[in-house]
Amino acid sequence: MALDRWVALAFITLCCVYGYAAFFTMDDSLPPILRRNPIWPSTFPKMLTVAGIIVGMMVLFAPRSANSPKPTATSDGTMDITRLRDYQIIPALALVVLMIGYAMTLRPLGFLGSTTLFLMLGAMILGERKFHILIPVSALAAWSIWYLVQEVLGIFLRPWPAFLA
Amino acid sequence: MMLEGLLLGLAAAVTPFNLMMVVLGCVIGTVIGMLPGLGPMSIIAIMIPVAISIGDPASALILLSGVYYGAIFGGSTSSILLNAPGVAGTVATSFDGYPMARKGMAGKALTIAAIASFAGGTIGTILLMIFAPALSSVALLFHSAEYFALMVVGLSAIAAFAGTGQVGKALMMTILGLMMGTVGEGALSNMPRFTFGIMELQSGFSFITLAMAMFALPEALFLVMNPARAATGAGGKITNLRISRAEARTIAPVIGRQSLQGFFIGVLPGAGATIASFLGYAVERNLAKGKEQEEFGHGSIKGLAAPETANNAACSGSFVPLLTLGIPGSGTTAILLGALLALSVTPGPRLMVDEPDVFWAVIVSMYIGNLVLLMLNLPLIPYIAKILTIPRQYLIPFILFFTLMGSYIGQNNSTELLILVGFGVIATILRFADYPLAPLLIGFILGTMMEDNFARAMQLYQGFGFILDRPMTLGLLVLAAILVVLPSYRARRARLRAAGVADGD
Repeated sequence: MALDRWVALAFITLCCVYGYAAFFTMDDSLPPILRRNPIWPSTFPKMLTVAGIIVGMMVLFAPRSANSPKPTATSDGTMDITRLRDYQIIPALALVVLMIGYAMTLRPLGFLGSTTLFLMLGAMILGERKFHILIPVSALAAWSIWYLVQEVLGIFLRPWPAFLA
Repeated sequence: MMLEGLLLGLAAAVTPFNLMMVVLGCVIGTVIGMLPGLGPMSIIAIMIPVAISIGDPASALILLSGVYYGAIFGGSTSSILLNAPGVAGTVATSFDGYPMARKGMAGKALTIAAIASFAGGTIGTILLMIFAPALSSVALLFHSAEYFALMVVGLSAIAAFAGTGQVGKALMMTILGLMMGTVGEGALSNMPRFTFGIMELQSGFSFITLAMAMFALPEALFLVMNPARAATGAGGKITNLRISRAEARTIAPVIGRQSLQGFFIGVLPGAGATIASFLGYAVERNLAKGKEQEEFGHGSIKGLAAPETANNAACSGSFVPLLTLGIPGSGTTAILLGALLALSVTPGPRLMVDEPDVFWAVIVSMYIGNLVLLMLNLPLIPYIAKILTIPRQYLIPFILFFTLMGSYIGQNNSTELLILVGFGVIATILRFADYPLAPLLIGFILGTMMEDNFARAMQLYQGFGFILDRPMTLGLLVLAAILVVLPSYRARRARLRAAGVADGD
């Protein structure tokens, strides 16, 4: 089964969860006075559930069109799941993990510390090894963005680790 | 009325601060727009917190439209110099722009692109000025029932224009967007819906986070996975920006035709700059004769001017439904709508009546933005293009960082970042599965408004009666149904015919 059909299946599952909440659990907490309204908070979601399941089924069982474009040339920039093995998956996953790490360390390390680390590690994941350029560039970029956001735009960003403030 | 409006707009837009905003917006837009992976949508999303912190809606909008135009121009620049279009709307630009650059005419190509963009944008804005007030006086007659129906039409049209075999997928994404829009405290009651007990979802998903997750993150991850996507290299020397008088005469009719065509395509929801540029290119190739036609694809100046004019005119056109109906027809205008709502400006037919200064300031700022782009960027482009030589191991962490910042600024909440990364991964999978993501975002932003209007109509008519009682509502809903059914019917017929032929042979 192709990836797009798996997605459609996941979508139908989501519709079922969403629809269960809309049809069976949401109305319980509705005060009696609002029950006389022609529209309840669950009305629109119910409609969406029905529409979602129908459309999801359509995509899931859609016949493969005969003249679907064949994947062509290999060296261009278009993305194609069947060539997943040729792609550099590991660095991409590493960057996703790095972003999660950034989110977790933003408060404990402060903006300046975690941003500098993020930019450095990000470049290292992608193969940069010239530390004499990398470290000053990351630190300078982190500081100047902090300066722009906090001092020029006036949006508060905690610069230092939480225990110092 | 129009002259008065223009004067009002001039008075609002032409202040030293606002002019600075236009220049700043254009420069930021051009610089970031040139980077692979950051299209107008991502850039505007990054700039929204900045714009909101300005406070004044007119100035904020002026900044954002400067960024928008700049980003499109920046995208064309990287298409021409590197054959690496930053966004789908400038893919057609690279057909003839890149061959020109390889022949050593990069400077000339950039000049033609700038002039064509300028003309397309300016003519498009004039048309916008004519059509928007007319359409909005009609729209003033609409009630919530029609609004609801109109939004259904808009969403169906976006799906219908998604391309063959994509209609179902686009519809699915639209519904997913609508569903995500219902999460959090609804407008109907203060009862939180679908939060599943998670506190952070109480106020719903953040629009900016979603925009970042849908567009900027997957693109950046693709750049990592497939280095061929970012064809970085030496930008080369950009010399000789001049074009001759004969060349100007050759492209003038192209610009005239494509401004009109591009604008009207841009007005249609879902069509937008991409279709306008491809169609513009195709039409001009068919119109060209003999030798000129053969040149298309090998560095024809007509082939470069056509998509550039059309995509800019379409951008102006896409403002028509946004400003008059409050319904965005493209991902970019959906993001602009999000920005407007955050600035407590509600676009729609009342905008022109209640806040004419905002409306006209936007129009005037479009002219100024176009002019600034032409005057500022043309001489500066050889220097700005240096940004393309930044090595990717530095570029990609910065793109990711800006994406994270965009959703963190203004929220100051690191849970938001986790939501961003989570949706970013999902969006990447959806991109791999060939699902269009703009409908999701448009559905998300229209969801709340759609439900509000639906609820009002239901309350007024005590049920679904409004559909039958109001002929216009019924008509619009029927139109929506036709829009959705027609492409799949035609695809089915084509498939049957193809099958029949195969059997017969």
